[in-house]
Amino acid sequence: MGENGSFWLPEAASTIAPEVDALFYFVYWTSILFFVGVVGFLIYFAVKYRRKDHSFVPPAFHENKWIETASIVIPTILVLIVFTWGFKVFVKMYAAPPDAYEITVRGKQWYWEYEYDNGVVVPNEVHVPIGRPIKLNMSATDVLHSYFIPEFRVKHDVLPNRYTSLWFQVDEAGEYQVYCTEYCGTSHSAMLGKLIAEPEAEFQRWLSDQNADRPPEELGEILVASYNCAACHSVDGSRGVGPTFQGLFGSERQFEDGTTVVADENYLRESILMPAAKIVETYPPAMPPSYSSLSARELDGLIAYIKTLQ
Amino acid sequence: MHASSAAAPAVHYLNNEKTIKSWITTVDHKRIGVMYLVAVSLAFLAGGILALLVRTELAAPGETIMGPDAYNQSFTLHAVLMVFAFIIPAIPAVMGNFVLPIQLGAKDVAFPRLNLASFYIYLIGAVIALTALVVGRVDGGWTFYAPYSTSVGNGVLFITMGVFVMGFSSILTGLNFIVTVHKMRAPGLTWSRLPLFVWSIYATSIVQVLATPVIGITMLLLFLEKLVGIGIFDPALGGDPVLFQHFFWFYSHPAVYIMILPAFGVISDLMGTFSRNRVQGYKFVALSSVAIAFLGFLVWGHHMFVSGQSAVSSIVFSLITYLIGIPTGVKVINWVLTMYRGSVWLQTPMLYALMFLITFSIGGFTGIMLGVLAIDVHLHDTYFVVAHFHYVMMGGNVIAALGGLHYWWPKMFGRMYNETLARIAALLVFIGFNLTFFPQFIMGSRGMPRRYYDYLPEFEIFHQLSTLGSYVLGVGLFMILGYGIHSLFRGKKAPANPWGALTLEWTHTDSMPDPHNFHHTPVVTRGPYDYHLAPELFNDGVSGDGAGESAPEIVHRDTSEA
Repeated sequence: MGENGSFWLPEAASTIAPEVDALFYFVYWTSILFFVGVVGFLIYFAVKYRRKDHSFVPPAFHENKWIETASIVIPTILVLIVFTWGFKVFVKMYAAPPDAYEITVRGKQWYWEYEYDNGVVVPNEVHVPIGRPIKLNMSATDVLHSYFIPEFRVKHDVLPNRYTSLWFQVDEAGEYQVYCTEYCGTSHSAMLGKLIAEPEAEFQRWLSDQNADRPPEELGEILVASYNCAACHSVDGSRGVGPTFQGLFGSERQFEDGTTVVADENYLRESILMPAAKIVETYPPAMPPSYSSLSARELDGLIAYIKTLQ
Repeated sequence: MHASSAAAPAVHYLNNEKTIKSWITTVDHKRIGVMYLVAVSLAFLAGGILALLVRTELAAPGETIMGPDAYNQSFTLHAVLMVFAFIIPAIPAVMGNFVLPIQLGAKDVAFPRLNLASFYIYLIGAVIALTALVVGRVDGGWTFYAPYSTSVGNGVLFITMGVFVMGFSSILTGLNFIVTVHKMRAPGLTWSRLPLFVWSIYATSIVQVLATPVIGITMLLLFLEKLVGIGIFDPALGGDPVLFQHFFWFYSHPAVYIMILPAFGVISDLMGTFSRNRVQGYKFVALSSVAIAFLGFLVWGHHMFVSGQSAVSSIVFSLITYLIGIPTGVKVINWVLTMYRGSVWLQTPMLYALMFLITFSIGGFTGIMLGVLAIDVHLHDTYFVVAHFHYVMMGGNVIAALGGLHYWWPKMFGRMYNETLARIAALLVFIGFNLTFFPQFIMGSRGMPRRYYDYLPEFEIFHQLSTLGSYVLGVGLFMILGYGIHSLFRGKKAPANPWGALTLEWTHTDSMPDPHNFHHTPVVTRGPYDYHLAPELFNDGVSGDGAGESAPEIVHRDTSEA
């Protein structure tokens, strides 16, 4: 990101982005013009009328009605232009074309989940076709989130128990950064996703591939990466917000209440589905219950993958 | 009452009684102002240290000095302290208390006991809010958006209760000032002769009285939501999280004017005094403050363009936002024009005033940018917003407060500060401030979201510049603390009117003022900035020499003219 952008703005990748940028730079240059004027006069006056003789008494100065009037009228005209312009682009952003390709998005602590109309569910990395409008129908399952793609200049809050949406169209294939921009807890800054825009044919192939069978360990590894488990759980033994996955399986777990248990399949399963049930000593109960919607196959995959990390 | 020497008067407000009891039971507005100064300075110090911790954590990607939970709590506490315990009371409660009654020619505020009560309520509120630290986890920023805020620890109970309690302090102070301005003006002090500082505090007070009850109710509802789960805001209980945002911003946007209007007043007084000119467009500057106070109630929705509120309301809020922007812009033009054909005296307070015009203008222009609907969608909740409000809050309010503090310092403590150190500190503050916050505009518009513990490598350079700037800013501010404390004990004795200013606190009281301010009620016969009349008023017309070598009394005051 940024390689094709300007100093102030990232690459303009969506169809609406150039319109936003034009407005941005109009406001920017107009502001620069006024700012240079204000600061220029400020410095000029401060130097020119700087006190030279402390007994000098400036004569009473009478206000100039023309300056007063102009300083109200000109900015008013300018802001009305900017308002109208901003309003027109906003309306375009707001109303999705009726033929848009729709994808369901769920914001959860701390990942994005996407569901396609054929039932395919993928976390965090969403593929979309280029050359046609895409509409995201969004809701959250826990707290507020906000869906933001800087290169597309689109953003909308994602709320629990309510649907919001945003739309965009990308004409160039590419990979784009997705951020959560509404504070949502410990790993808010790790709630990063990717959007991959690709030609229709590739997109369709990817979509059908999602139903292909994979060995459980491989599926588990993909899930760990895409659900961003590494935000809290390392796979190399280092300490994070939560315990590392390395050497986890088969180890003895010590809990706050003094009891212990050996980490077997049932323990891992419980820890993923009901994270608050058993809290390992010295760790905070930070893991949200966002993962209870994992399928049995995905759970098996995760456990199989953790088993391989010895 | 002719203070002809630089020596402090034998009896003044600080030495007429010296016991601890005389301080804790004082109803003298000047002492209460000084106590607020100590309290808000401590809040500023604590908030500032938290800010430096936050910036240090962000100096490099990944964990630098603290984990995510500690970071999230640090920026939250920084914001809560700075907004509720520092900025909102800073200018009104410190300078408003100390200066406003004297500028009016009054012996005190209208309700001195209520004034003292406000101070204690503020203290109690601050203590309750800080209890949250002990009780546990408060994160998510000063906005407390539901349902996140009610889903974590019990600390939020104390913060909301603290804010609720501090609100009463704000309401009572506002009420006190409104009545004082209406009822206690000296003979001849008509509305059109009021110093603009009084006008701005008056406008601020209106907002404090009308808006603060709303945050009180909001905090109370959030408190109950957390405590007993009444389900006003949490959708899982049938509530509406967007409703919380409406409630919150219905107060918190007007609160922005509680923070900035007093700064307008300070800057007006500084620009007039140090330009030896009438403030241009006096009526416009005065009345637009009041207009902004009322219009400020109608723009809260511009914080919610992407929240899920209706498109129509977003459009209306955007339009009204511009209506408020224009008078603010015209004020800046008026302040600059005040220097025209004046005699511009670049003492430290004036340096802060000029600094304000630059930083506040940047804050204002970027506000226009954020008010544009389509652009706000991109910039909302990014560092661009963080930079914008720091340019308005810190570049506006704090810079003005520093200017005001340097301006009124001789009056408050009877001593001058070291002018050379003060200029160096002002320069450090200016450089440090801009270096801290300007890079945040760039990374924000390039997509860096706010409230992020970690960030992508492409933003590293901006974060590093910003962190470096925050250290420079910190050095500048600690320097002010240093020479301020030095001045209290070793500073040169201040004359009654070192700036040759024309408002009553300078012309009719000693430095430091008498416990009752005036020996006789002053009679006002002219405007607050009629510097062209200085020769008649001051005999020789010279305008004081500020921090000169021996700080001699140059201004000869003849109270009989009044």
